Amino acid sequence: MSAIHKVIGTETEFGISMRNAPDFNPVLASSIVVNSYAGLRAKIQWSHEEESPGRDARGFGPEGGMMPDIDGGLVNVVLGNGARFYVDHAHPEYSAPEAYDPLEATLYDKAGEVVLARAATEAQPLLEDGQSLVIHKNNSDGKGNSYGSHENFLINRELPFSDIVDFFTTFLVTRQVYTGSGKLGAENGRAAVPFQITQRADFFEEEVGLETTLKRPIINTRDEPHGDPSKYRRLHVIIGDANMSEVQNLIKLGSAALILMAIEDGAIPDSLRLAKPVDATWQVSHDLDLNLPLELAEGGTATALELQGRYLEWAKKYAENTDLPGPYEQVLEEWEAVLADLEKDPLLTADRLDWAAKYRLLREYQDRDGLDWDSPKLKLLALQYHDVNPAKGLFYKLQSAGRIRRLFTPSEVDAAVSEPPHRTRAYFRGKSVRKYGDALVAANWDSLVFDSGEETLKRVPMMEPLRGTRELVAELLDRSEDAAALLRALGEGDE
Amino acid sequence: MSDREQKRTERRESETEEVVEETTEAGQEVTERIDDLLDEIDSVLEENAEEFVKNYVQKGGE
Repeated sequence: MSAIHKVIGTETEFGISMRNAPDFNPVLASSIVVNSYAGLRAKIQWSHEEESPGRDARGFGPEGGMMPDIDGGLVNVVLGNGARFYVDHAHPEYSAPEAYDPLEATLYDKAGEVVLARAATEAQPLLEDGQSLVIHKNNSDGKGNSYGSHENFLINRELPFSDIVDFFTTFLVTRQVYTGSGKLGAENGRAAVPFQITQRADFFEEEVGLETTLKRPIINTRDEPHGDPSKYRRLHVIIGDANMSEVQNLIKLGSAALILMAIEDGAIPDSLRLAKPVDATWQVSHDLDLNLPLELAEGGTATALELQGRYLEWAKKYAENTDLPGPYEQVLEEWEAVLADLEKDPLLTADRLDWAAKYRLLREYQDRDGLDWDSPKLKLLALQYHDVNPAKGLFYKLQSAGRIRRLFTPSEVDAAVSEPPHRTRAYFRGKSVRKYGDALVAANWDSLVFDSGEETLKRVPMMEPLRGTRELVAELLDRSEDAAALLRALGEGDE
Repeated sequence: MSDREQKRTERRESETEEVVEETTEAGQEVTERIDDLLDEIDSVLEENAEEFVKNYVQKGGE
């Protein structure tokens, strides 16, 4: 068994609220937001059909179990960049397109903020006078409710799941020192603190499990590969915060991808098992000094930073002997620098970690205005940090004041709002939205369903995340004038 | 103390003063920059902090 290419995608459920709306209904508001988005998109039905390897014949008709379970009432849109934009529970959710590497995944995650900000603006005419929508890229309302930010990594199906549990758990617990977005107070019955590193830690209660909405586990076992199930697993990482910072997102996604590849290749020599992983999850998040000794299962203790240092060394050694896409070099440099800075003085990371940037800002307000940790103004500042409206969001204010390092220019982010990544199947999906959007009736991650005016709907399976790329299908898309022509060409066996 | 030594000491003192002055000026600049930023942030903050924060209740998700 060996490591497979890490296709990466993020999902974010955004917080939603409305000014001057006492009867606010978040489900309705989320539907309005998703429906209002005027960018390149196709309204579709989302098919939850389980794929099976024996049914990948092209042009599969609707008979024989086609789309047995379709999201009825809720709104689903596929965007021109290959993302899914929809209503999940009571939140608008942006599921970024499959990215080829962690830098690209970071870019498409950032594009999601722009999509949400535009959709909220475009929804404005549908609201009553005086009302306006506020969208936050955060994970907690500070009152005990949490909503997700998930990372997805393509994994070799041959890797025993127990290896992920053994070698990835301590990594996830200790990476919080550089993945947190920062939060005032504690929730879910955890010990009181004025401020903590992550938004999500308080909500984790199990080591391994299937749940995402209650009794949340450090390792989530959901087995939906969204690809050929005989070859792939999709690891669904639910223990992470939504990040505003680009550099932070790059380190978060890149370090996880590196460690997962190293696990697949057997290059992580020690599980570094914690005596109490769940307790350690809360403790790490609550330890702003970053020097709390965590109990190891084999005896002895180590701090989160010391344990991260071990993972970094293994990842560096692994990368030396492996042919990896370019951005991983940048990941290793940033990862090493952030650990070193956190060791010296966590505030040195305020130019790239959301929790440190937010903490610094709150302390400056405390110094100037003499505010207590529980003052409403401080709570508002901590919340508005995550507002995706560029004129209101405090993260963007810090960024334009030159306090936050960027990886992308605004025009690169704009391009990612409408153009798909070109080295994954998201290319085929996104380009189909652009060219054949009217004929697209249903989709899921591994197929598109077209109505080309013939008797039956036609389904195009995309079981390989690294096919449907620009290299493989651009020419086919160029010469297929409409969906019918595309389907005819596919029926003739073109890629 | 010879004249020369006297001069050297004076020079060192005035250099120290300059450094102190520069540091204070830099410190003031930083403080002013922070104040400007906080003022700008104040101008975009939601109007009624207490009410906005109180009303911010999300349904759980995922």
